[in-house]
Amino acid sequence: MKALVSVKRVVDYNVRVQVKSDGSGVITEGVKHSMNPFDEIAMEEAVRLKEKGKLTEIVAITIGGAKNEETLRSALAFGADRAIHIKEEGDVQPLTAARAFAAALKKEGAQVFFAGKQAIDDDANQTGQMVAALLDIAQATFASKVELDGGKAVVTREVDAGLETLEVDLPAVITTDLRLNEPRYLKLPDIMKAKKKPIETVTFADLGVEKGAALTISKTSAPPKRSKGIMVKTVDELVSALKSKGLV
Amino acid sequence: MSLILSRRDLDFLLYQWLDVEALTRFPRYAEHSRDTFDAVLDTSEKIATERFAPHNKLNDQHEPHFDGERVTMHDQVKPALDAYCDAGLMAAAQDAEFGGMQLPTVVEKASFAYFLGANVGTSAYPFLTIGNANTLLKHGTPAQIDAFVRPQFAGRYFGTMCLSEPQAGSSLSDIVTRAEYEGDSALGPQYRLTGNKMWISGGEHELSENIVHLVLAKVPDDNGRLIPGVKGISLFIVPKYLVNADGTRGERNDVVLAGLNHKMGYRGTTNCLLNFGEGTRHRPGGKAGAIGYRVGELHRGLACMFHMMNEARIGVGLGATMLGYTGYLHALDYARTRKQGRVISGSGKEASAPQQPIIEHADVRRMLLAQKAYVEGALALNLYCSQLVDVQHNSDDAAERERMTLLLEILTPIAKSWPSQWCLEANSLAIQVHGGYGYTRDYNVEQFYRDNRLNPIHEGTHGVQGLDLLGRKVVMQDGAALKALGAVVARSVARAAAVPTLADYAKTLGESMQNLAVVTQRLWAAGDIHKTLANSSVYLEAFGHTVLAWIWLEQALAAQRLPADDFTAGKLQACRYFFEWELPKVGPQLDLLAAMDTTALDMRDAWF
Repeated sequence: MKALVSVKRVVDYNVRVQVKSDGSGVITEGVKHSMNPFDEIAMEEAVRLKEKGKLTEIVAITIGGAKNEETLRSALAFGADRAIHIKEEGDVQPLTAARAFAAALKKEGAQVFFAGKQAIDDDANQTGQMVAALLDIAQATFASKVELDGGKAVVTREVDAGLETLEVDLPAVITTDLRLNEPRYLKLPDIMKAKKKPIETVTFADLGVEKGAALTISKTSAPPKRSKGIMVKTVDELVSALKSKGLV
Repeated sequence: MSLILSRRDLDFLLYQWLDVEALTRFPRYAEHSRDTFDAVLDTSEKIATERFAPHNKLNDQHEPHFDGERVTMHDQVKPALDAYCDAGLMAAAQDAEFGGMQLPTVVEKASFAYFLGANVGTSAYPFLTIGNANTLLKHGTPAQIDAFVRPQFAGRYFGTMCLSEPQAGSSLSDIVTRAEYEGDSALGPQYRLTGNKMWISGGEHELSENIVHLVLAKVPDDNGRLIPGVKGISLFIVPKYLVNADGTRGERNDVVLAGLNHKMGYRGTTNCLLNFGEGTRHRPGGKAGAIGYRVGELHRGLACMFHMMNEARIGVGLGATMLGYTGYLHALDYARTRKQGRVISGSGKEASAPQQPIIEHADVRRMLLAQKAYVEGALALNLYCSQLVDVQHNSDDAAERERMTLLLEILTPIAKSWPSQWCLEANSLAIQVHGGYGYTRDYNVEQFYRDNRLNPIHEGTHGVQGLDLLGRKVVMQDGAALKALGAVVARSVARAAAVPTLADYAKTLGESMQNLAVVTQRLWAAGDIHKTLANSSVYLEAFGHTVLAWIWLEQALAAQRLPADDFTAGKLQACRYFFEWELPKVGPQLDLLAAMDTTALDMRDAWF
């Protein structure tokens, strides 16, 4: 059974992101980038399933410019067998990404599409769901436990009320949440092995996908600074302060 | 922002200054490229940050404990080292057959810098293991390599170096550990060792399956007497557990822990007094005496051990650098967030205005700039030396190899002593930036200072390094090493002379090197070795500051070629600081040396 795992190159989670002075976006130049942490969890899960004999091939896929090859090399060092690089230098919105992933999934005949539940750059949390909708296949998002067996996946999901377990037919989209696993550290010999694994480069046109831009970004700004708190002396004072703000 | 090491700085040093990608011209590194180097650095930063840094303070507060039978230590140490070994870091620089990836030394050291900065106590175990395995790889037999090197690179065994004894520290010629020949074995000539070894880091623990001690000892002559001096010293492998022919763990060897030393810093590393050949608890083969296998030729042990010591000296320098570096980043972070006082503006102080971050105060920036100049300069020097090792081992040009060897000979005492002195000073300044809080154990900087205070002492004290430099290195082969250094400095000076903003510094450095050469000649013309060497530690310091001025000029040359931004401006400012504030310290030192001052030499014991 084959799995396709999407991995996105994002600004590293340790970087204090800064908004560009003209409000057109955030500064990404000269800033450390790494694989989206939720995608690392997706990669780790796929590799564990392959180690258990539940998967036979793992294909990592990404969309983006030349530098995204680094992210694919990390995925290959993690344990992906090969990779697909959809080359695109410009900005890609979730729907466009989903169309490309759906086309690749079909072409590859993969049974599972793994992705992080969201990417930490725009936190959209849309692409996985859109892939499922476009292909009209099952989806199990926010996974905290995944079992694959006999054409089905049993997925435990993290939902507001607690945990929910779904059984879905394959092919299916599974998006991964934080508690699913703890990704391994790359092993140095695997970094060398990854160099020899193949990366196929394709374009949107090759996949028959048109790059749409349904959304326009009108402005990017930093969240407002937290204003200074006030100290109240009594509970009564607290209650009246909350009341005056219409909070109780 | 990482509080261990600035990746922007590391990338600058490796790729924009040293151009380590060019090392891929050598067949050994041909399969590498920047992305493999980056992947190693990423993994190292991650493991160091997530597994090493979190228990640095715990390791210090709960130091290893010996109950007379077993050593126990903080329970986060072993998982951290397991993660390190599992990632293959122990073998990073080795051939694929040892599980390695043939990483250039300079990238291996950059990777290891993260661990040293994150937790120097825990890092000591792989530090010693790698040094031990490299020494055996060079001097051991194929059977010794199979039995003791492979398991070390795989992370199953850890290693130590056992040189000092309670009565013989810096003076190795006075060691009295005895090795009596017993017969030949598959693992080499077999001996029984008896004696005590002091200050053995990693000498006892249960972090690995076995511990491989590399021990210096003396083989008695036919009359049972030990040969005086270093010429009588041989090198032995003494494993904690003997190793069976099939590689499994055998009988417990007669080497036991007599006690742990309780140190000021580096507390996470067990530091041991080991007894060899006690004959009470363990009697391998039914006899007293620790079984050891000789490495290399009889009486040639110190030469073999120097392999490990030279590597360890640059490594100690890097450890000192990284303690200074992490301290600097902690101080910088604190200075940007801690608000205290107001800077005087046009009409004086505005008491009602909000307090400002302390980095707004000029004197705080001075202390941060000094730290930056010390720690970034020291890191640059350590990486430069590591790259020399790569070229020395790989160049097919014999003259180039020889040049690298000479440069390493003369720079090793500096790479060890300069960071040990000035990055310790950086740690002192980091405490100063923190004010009273820095003096408390609630913050991290006091520990960095205590940890770093070891570095001017071990692997050859400051005084020993001074004697090595002035007494040996600058005069070796008729001054060939000094000339080799002079030539590379002269090339930098010539390049910088063509850059208007750096031309003045180029001139100053050129003069400084010239003065150093003159003073060196003068000292050796004294005709009295006591006078020549009397002030060798001052010579070491003057020499070190001159070398670092060169390193800063080199960094400025690389920085001014890049597009101007805050980072390059910072590099150029640090270079300016070094030339305006630090290099002038050398003048009075050289004057004192040139005057053949004998104040210290003439002092008498009775006058104190």
